[in-house]
Amino acid sequence: MSVSIEDILKQGLLKLSHSEDINQLEQLRVEYLGKKGFFTDKMKALASLDPDLRRSVGQVINQAKDQFQTELEQKRILLNQQVLIERLISERIDVSLPGRGQALGRLHPVTTTLRRISELFRSVGFAVVEGPEIEDDYHNFGALNIPAHHPARAMHDTFYFDAHTVLRTHTSPVQIRVMESSAPPLRVIAPGRVYRCDSDITHTPMFHQVEGFVVDQNVSFADLKGTVYDFLRNFFEKDIQVRFRPSYFPFTEPSAEVDIECVMCHGKGCRVCSQTGWLEVMGCGMIHPEVFKSVNIDSEAYTGFAFGMGVERLAMLRYGINDLRLFFENDLRFLEQFN
Amino acid sequence: MKVSEAWLREFVNPPITLDQLVAQLTMAGLEVDSVTPAVASFTHVVVGEVSAIAQHPDADRLHVCQVNIGQDALLQIVCGARNVRQGLKIPVALCDAVLPGDFKIKKSTLRGVDSYGMLCSEKELGLASESQGLMELPDDAPLGLSIRDYLALDDTILEIDLTPNRADCLSVEGLAREIAVLNEIDWSPALIPSVAVQHQDILSVRIDDSAACPRYLGRLIKNVAITALTPRWLKERLRRSGLRSVNPIVDVTNYVLLEMGQPMHAFDAAKLQGGIVVRRANDESITLLNQQTLTLDAQTLVIADGHTPIALAGIMGGMDASVTDATSDIMLECAFFMPESIAGKARNYGLHTDSSHRFERGVDYTLQARAMERATQLIVEIAGGEVGVVFEATAHAQLPKRQPIILRKQRIEKILGTVISDEVIENILKRLSMLVERQDNAWQITAPGCRFDIAIEADLIEEIARIYGYNQLPSNYPLVQAKLQSVTEKEISVNRFADLLVDKGYQEAITYSFVDEDSQKIIAPNEAFIRLKNPISLEMSVMRTTLWCGLIKAAQHNVNRQQTRVRLFESGLCFTKHNDALHQEPALAGLVMGSVTPEQWGEKIRSIDFYDVKADIESIFALTGINVLFKQGQHPALHPGQTAEIYTQDGVLLGFFGMLHPTHEKHFGFESVVFLFEFKLNQLKIKQQSVFTPLSKFPSVRRDLALLIKNDVSAQEVIECIKSIEASNLKEVKIFDIYQGKGIEEGFKSIALSLHLQNDAQTLTDLVVDDTVKSVLATLTYKISAKLRD
Repeated sequence: MSVSIEDILKQGLLKLSHSEDINQLEQLRVEYLGKKGFFTDKMKALASLDPDLRRSVGQVINQAKDQFQTELEQKRILLNQQVLIERLISERIDVSLPGRGQALGRLHPVTTTLRRISELFRSVGFAVVEGPEIEDDYHNFGALNIPAHHPARAMHDTFYFDAHTVLRTHTSPVQIRVMESSAPPLRVIAPGRVYRCDSDITHTPMFHQVEGFVVDQNVSFADLKGTVYDFLRNFFEKDIQVRFRPSYFPFTEPSAEVDIECVMCHGKGCRVCSQTGWLEVMGCGMIHPEVFKSVNIDSEAYTGFAFGMGVERLAMLRYGINDLRLFFENDLRFLEQFN
Repeated sequence: MKVSEAWLREFVNPPITLDQLVAQLTMAGLEVDSVTPAVASFTHVVVGEVSAIAQHPDADRLHVCQVNIGQDALLQIVCGARNVRQGLKIPVALCDAVLPGDFKIKKSTLRGVDSYGMLCSEKELGLASESQGLMELPDDAPLGLSIRDYLALDDTILEIDLTPNRADCLSVEGLAREIAVLNEIDWSPALIPSVAVQHQDILSVRIDDSAACPRYLGRLIKNVAITALTPRWLKERLRRSGLRSVNPIVDVTNYVLLEMGQPMHAFDAAKLQGGIVVRRANDESITLLNQQTLTLDAQTLVIADGHTPIALAGIMGGMDASVTDATSDIMLECAFFMPESIAGKARNYGLHTDSSHRFERGVDYTLQARAMERATQLIVEIAGGEVGVVFEATAHAQLPKRQPIILRKQRIEKILGTVISDEVIENILKRLSMLVERQDNAWQITAPGCRFDIAIEADLIEEIARIYGYNQLPSNYPLVQAKLQSVTEKEISVNRFADLLVDKGYQEAITYSFVDEDSQKIIAPNEAFIRLKNPISLEMSVMRTTLWCGLIKAAQHNVNRQQTRVRLFESGLCFTKHNDALHQEPALAGLVMGSVTPEQWGEKIRSIDFYDVKADIESIFALTGINVLFKQGQHPALHPGQTAEIYTQDGVLLGFFGMLHPTHEKHFGFESVVFLFEFKLNQLKIKQQSVFTPLSKFPSVRRDLALLIKNDVSAQEVIECIKSIEASNLKEVKIFDIYQGKGIEEGFKSIALSLHLQNDAQTLTDLVVDDTVKSVLATLTYKISAKLRD
């Protein structure tokens, strides 16, 4: 017998208490508990002892070994905790610093508004249809009951390519195209770009409209009013005042302009509404029998209503934009403002 | 149309305020655009008389006047006007008066003489834009009376925006008729005292085109005093309606146009050679009253004498036969021209007159005789003259007909969605001067001559709704069939692409569809474009064949405003021409410049390169799941070494992507590289429906290969070469490194690949894996001369 078990334990515990990291601890484990460790050697040496002695010595070794193991585990927990604490301290950061990576872009406010309008109408079963922007004068005018030289053509400052080809002045030609190719019942909205040869502080030569129409066996002016009220109140998310004012469009009869209570001054009168308290937001009416005739729909069997609205106008009112021309400058400082 | 409230109220005077009248007209479809005072406001100006006048002791041009304003004391006022004289009645601005422009009158001293007020000109009172000397009032003007009361200046001008269908309201009488209907009261047309005919001289009238001009009335009035002054009240009404006073004859014809809506014209009878002919023009020209000379086309209706055209029918008179200061005998014309014969004609010649405006919308064809009497009476009253008989040519068969219209009760209900009582309907139509005959569940209605907009049943229903009040009509939700709409998985909506790009940091732009021709030619020199006939400007004169022109312009706008990082996309139609056929196809395009990410802490600023943008593009294609090929390509706008053409597996060209050519980069003023992409949306949006593949239960194996290949072999070729091996275990090949430079022979590059192998039925053995790798290597060596790196 060279070193007593007590000394081994004593020395081992001393080393444990001096160990400073997990690696040292692991070395100690191998040194004492490993295949060739001190305790293992002692156990192996038991075989040469007298059987009676073997038991009592064995017990002592086991006790010492257990004690060492327990201390080692405790030390391990302690060291792990220390490691964790150090890591937590060292890894503390400033959470207020901005995140890295790509910034989010934005949709154009006209697109946001168009999507909103489409979504509202889609929710009650309107289909969204698009049409060509270069139109023939038949679809843009003739089929809509605006014959050549009709004074109503002067209401549209038209861009021409040749005598019979124009940039569409409104989205109403889509109404004609849909009715030419599909049979009623029809519930359609047609969003898109339209063009008028006019450019000043309140007009851009290109802007967006949404045309909508319903054709069925018993569609009335009351249905038109209900649909328009419903749309405007949902669009503005407000129970706003709406009024229908008689007007004239060659392709509808009766025709109306729709005014809403000014969203800036709530109807009191301000610069935006020219002190009237009202803002014109769309035109509408019952589809004219001549229009039905041009697309071979029997106006005795079917009736319909149609409406058209300016998208920039609605976007300006909804988001408080005060200059129409900003829409097409594509200034990042403008575009980045709209969520 | 501008109309004076006071003039209107002379014809119809409902017991309502101005505000109520304005609201009533607007809500009846006669939108009142503006309401302005007839005269700018001023105070303390009264009628006065110059009782005595003396030369200013100290100033040659000034006079010292003693002015009687109807009070005991005379006012001493110093005046510099040339026309000041004793006995003259003038407007006097008293001390404390405030004239237009906030000009305050106070007691003052002019060169040592006290002055207690000011004698006024028309200009100083805001009654004229120019005036010479003091405003001279008639001798019977009552002294001391407020000028505003004396001249009835407290009036309001309504500007009414009439829709093209309401020609019947283009006159004071027409508006009065409408206001009477709205208020359920009567109105009185102008009373016309008859004028005795003093001679029988006439001119012959021949109408060659009676379909265009079914009625022509003429009258000769001899020896009119052309220098007579148009009375103030008439001038003032013209002014309030936006017309200038010219001479008594022209003023009267204009007055009748405003009052009744009947355009008239007066010719100098001495300048007419032979009778009147209404005919189409015939290789002729005419110099108009506005001094414009027109060469007339054969479609143009003219009024001619025996020799030449003397007026553009219904539009404007000619210079040659016009009334001048020397005129003594006149011929008055009062005609009816069909709207279709006038419509568009004035516009074709770049003209728009009060006359053409009315004729092309429709003038009451029953009005001519009455208007002729009205004009005659006013001319004689003002300028005297000997009145001749009216001579007339009328083709009764060609006059418009007001056909009876059947109006069905049930149709009214169907269109308006409500029941309106028979009494209310009949009352509305009768008040609108319609002839109403009751039938079974219907009426037979005949519209009056002034209404050119009432031809079918729907026109009548609109009138009923309009007068009844749109806001009194009910409102309800339409009943719809609950039929589902199709929702396809075979296409992706443009919204999805937009959302993706927004999430990747792109701002959506909307640029004009018409672009600058120069940019268009630089960016797409090989595309045939379409030119607008009447562009707003040169910068917006041709239709875009690519969205790039607009995006480049938008980027320039931002770069000019100190932005260095621009990421934009747009979707919209492009317009191209192939073999004379027009194509309008939607495209999706983007422009990227500046740093990869916004400037931020902890990362170095790195400029965008081809592969940064390519990653965005690849994610666009990942949305649809369609495999695409990027091929080295060519595009005139792009850098020849950094241009990719993108194809579908079927060889359809989807679009281009690459770096803006350095020459163009410089041309457009950019100081850093710009990347552009554009795809045809119709092809891009096609999506394949997803199909599930079972997952393998067995582990996958990865083997890496480092190869030396020639520089000109593309990555795509390497991948395709490997995929050409029919190895079912080879699931994926990835490139994870490319290296050129030290240690690599000139003209070669090192490419590091990972091969991912897996079997669906068993765990792969090393033997099988080695076999596959060997065959990959053999193929690469054989096909693209790749060498395994040592």
